[in-house]
Amino acid sequence: MIDALLARLDTLLMLVFGVGALGGAALMIVLREPMRVATALISTMVFLGGIYGLLGVHFIAAFQVLIYVGAVMVFMVYVIMLLDPRDPAIQRRFSRLLLPGVAGFALLIAALVAATWKVAPKPAAGAVEGFGLQQFAVAFLREYWLQFELTSVLLVAAIVAAVAVVRLNRRG
Amino acid sequence: MDQVQWLLGLAVAIFAVGLLGVIVRRNLLVMLMCMELMLNGVNLSLVTFAHQMGEAVGAVLVFLIFVVATAEIAVAIPIVLLLVKRKGSLDLAAYTDLKG
Repeated sequence: MIDALLARLDTLLMLVFGVGALGGAALMIVLREPMRVATALISTMVFLGGIYGLLGVHFIAAFQVLIYVGAVMVFMVYVIMLLDPRDPAIQRRFSRLLLPGVAGFALLIAALVAATWKVAPKPAAGAVEGFGLQQFAVAFLREYWLQFELTSVLLVAAIVAAVAVVRLNRRG
Repeated sequence: MDQVQWLLGLAVAIFAVGLLGVIVRRNLLVMLMCMELMLNGVNLSLVTFAHQMGEAVGAVLVFLIFVVATAEIAVAIPIVLLLVKRKGSLDLAAYTDLKG
């Protein structure tokens, strides 16, 4: 029995991570305090990192935890601490668009599931099971070096924009 | 059920929940976090396809999305901070004059 369980451990873990990720996402809609929402989002991101690891793309899992949880969400948590999260103006959790939003959500789920269910893409002939960091690095630096350089331009532009926003406000 | 299919279903569900959060929540910060959730759903679908095809293209795109998400947050957070400083509220109803 334990052997059978161990053989299916990957599938079992992926199921647990998937349910955890979806549960965290659902909690984000329901919870009131921004800090709790941030914690739910962090748990979703870590669960997704676990799924990436199980799929064999370990470096994306590492990036997910390092960049998303380590940088983006820490930034977000800082901002929540800077601002007063218990805003008295927010009496209600949801906007007036709650009913149309839920209806649109159901429609979107139905349309996307119907679209993806029919055409399940078949694996390419001779597709290798997963790929490693080496393959990724070679493809990145041989074929996609221009995009890589452009991201550095984008980051510099973002930093300049952030500084400009703060400066302009101070002057105004 | 095929693993790829249910991973794609999960990606769709995460994206849709993020979109629902952007539409129905009133807190600016929570809306920003829901946008991040939508990006995560897209990333999951890209990683699933990259894994299935055994090609690194999807992973490269995911890496670029990480960078774009970081840049987005770096610009969005100062804007939210300044808006809150000006209006004194995180409530979306305080920003109706931005409708134009």
